[in-house]
Amino acid sequence: MQLSDTPAEADFRRRLREWLGKTLPELPPAPEPADWPGRRAYDTAWQRRLFDAGYAGVHWPVDAGGRGATPSEHLIFLEETELAGAPYVGANFVGLLHAGPTVAAEGTPEQRARFLPPILRGDEVWCQGFSEPDAGSDLAALRTRAVRDGDAYVVTGGKIWTSHAEVADWCELLVRTDPQAPKHRGITWLAMRMDAPGVTVRPLRTLAGTTEFAELFLDEVRVPVGDRLGAENDGWRVTMVTLSFERGTAFASEAVACRREVRRLARAARAGGAWDDLELRRELASLEAEFTALWRLVQWNVSEAAARGVPGAGGSVFKLRFSEARQRLYDTAARVVGTEALLDGPWTAQRLQGLSYTIAAGTSQIQRNIVARRILGLPKGR
Amino acid sequence: MDFRLTEDQGRLRDGLRQALTDRRLDWEELTGIGVFQLRVPEQDGGLGLGLPEAVLVFEEAGRAVLSGPLVGTEVAAAVLGLGGRAEVVRVPARGPVLVPELPGLDHVLLLRPDDSLAVLPAAACDASPAPAVDPDRPLWRLEGDLPPGERASAPQARRVAADATLLTAALQSGLAARAVAEAVAYARTREQFGQPIGAFQAVQHLCADMLARAELARVAVYAAAVSGDPGEIAGAKLLADEAAVRGARDCLQVHGGMGFTWEARVHRLLKRAWAWEQAGADRDRCLDALATHL
Repeated sequence: MQLSDTPAEADFRRRLREWLGKTLPELPPAPEPADWPGRRAYDTAWQRRLFDAGYAGVHWPVDAGGRGATPSEHLIFLEETELAGAPYVGANFVGLLHAGPTVAAEGTPEQRARFLPPILRGDEVWCQGFSEPDAGSDLAALRTRAVRDGDAYVVTGGKIWTSHAEVADWCELLVRTDPQAPKHRGITWLAMRMDAPGVTVRPLRTLAGTTEFAELFLDEVRVPVGDRLGAENDGWRVTMVTLSFERGTAFASEAVACRREVRRLARAARAGGAWDDLELRRELASLEAEFTALWRLVQWNVSEAAARGVPGAGGSVFKLRFSEARQRLYDTAARVVGTEALLDGPWTAQRLQGLSYTIAAGTSQIQRNIVARRILGLPKGR
Repeated sequence: MDFRLTEDQGRLRDGLRQALTDRRLDWEELTGIGVFQLRVPEQDGGLGLGLPEAVLVFEEAGRAVLSGPLVGTEVAAAVLGLGGRAEVVRVPARGPVLVPELPGLDHVLLLRPDDSLAVLPAAACDASPAPAVDPDRPLWRLEGDLPPGERASAPQARRVAADATLLTAALQSGLAARAVAEAVAYARTREQFGQPIGAFQAVQHLCADMLARAELARVAVYAAAVSGDPGEIAGAKLLADEAAVRGARDCLQVHGGMGFTWEARVHRLLKRAWAWEQAGADRDRCLDALATHL
């Protein structure tokens, strides 16, 4: 049980801190949340700075153009960038954390050479076309069809909850190529250009009033066969590789951020008088315990993943507790600020955004299924 | 960083778990394998290990729901250099001062409301037996004025309080894991509506939440043992108490009517979790300690 840095890790942390201290003051002001082109430009410019400094794809393998850092170093990267207030991964999320690692793991040499460098440099932005109106938690029920026509697939259907679709260049797309096969066996993974004829993007307004994601309409979109990753009908396995990345360190930055949020909330409580309320003070103390332990769980999961090579089902335990704790944090914030919780403001925006946490990236109910079946080995029902 | 157990730590845990699965070790056997000399320096006849090893041992003791003054005896040896059986007892905010198994003790390490620590000879305590909820943890009620005892230094008092809290959290973490294991084992074999009840999502989700609480408590206890941070120790106890008490209750629920019987012994998990919840530092004390760090 070693929680402190090795000499190599301490050195990595020190150099990163120095670079962040030098670089962050040079950044332009962050764009408005509704300014999508501005957000893309800002996020990709940050990615370019990371690339130039050797921090792009910290956890990617060296032969994929990454830094090949250990999972511990990746965690240090996420921790330090968050603590320093560096830009969030933003529009680069799908490219860096889903599509890129999947191409690195499953792509041909040509595909790796075509897709990976532009992600690392911040030249190309990816979005994710997995969910459909009738395929949410039951992702394998997806119905978007792809029919082979010469050297291309002709894709028709629709996708939903697609973040950054308005500004993306590429979409990692799951399509059904064999409607007769059992549902997990007829799926194929395609890289689709977002400017291809037949792609229509319709932004969706969230309950927070923002347009964080979109619906995709696909009408006979031609995707070259060369942009298929893995074999035809092997897309489900390819996708599981992606999802296991999503449940690894994907929420580590947010775990760091939430620890800071609890302290910020405690300061707000002291300033506004809520601190004198014993029950509220103890609720804040309980959140402090929860988020400290969740950070330790991230460190535990990363240490385990480092030893075994892939993130395990322990990520589901983290996701389950973390998303619920995060909602509890913003409900507590509402009690701290009183009637201000009924007004538009930073705590309110977070509270609204937080309602998605128990739904996105696998609902809490799905996480409980995973924990029950894969970790506890409970039987599948009839 | 490598948070995983070292090979030695893994062997220590696995060896003890196996020994405790095979049969219940009695007090002399626990003493013989060095449970109470874990952190005593080697030149003084101890094992010279640290808090991380101690929490691994106490986690296994909790999983086996061992009885006896485990925490106090280890802490008395490690912090105060005292031999013999000891129990750490805090003067409670409400209710009588209760000491488990008083006649078998040599020392009572009494934490007073001002956080000072008095070392009392157990024989000097005026006490009467009190009927205890937990059948394996008989209680004595201290009566009259408490003897002044020998006052420990403030740093010793802090360490006794912190170590006792953390080791009790480790017991609770082990008990919580035991509750998950018992619930899952029952849910896999008990059949209703023509299938194991563990195939129903209502039961699965109950078990999944039990595991999530137990896992979070376990890493919180390990991390607090490594960092030694007082806030982290308070947080670990808080989470471990919740994992143990709610876990034992959910375990009882999964067992249905059988869980309500004396013979099924599920109640022993819950009764012990209630007892350990009040030992070391209780929920309010942990929360107030955490709040001072905010």
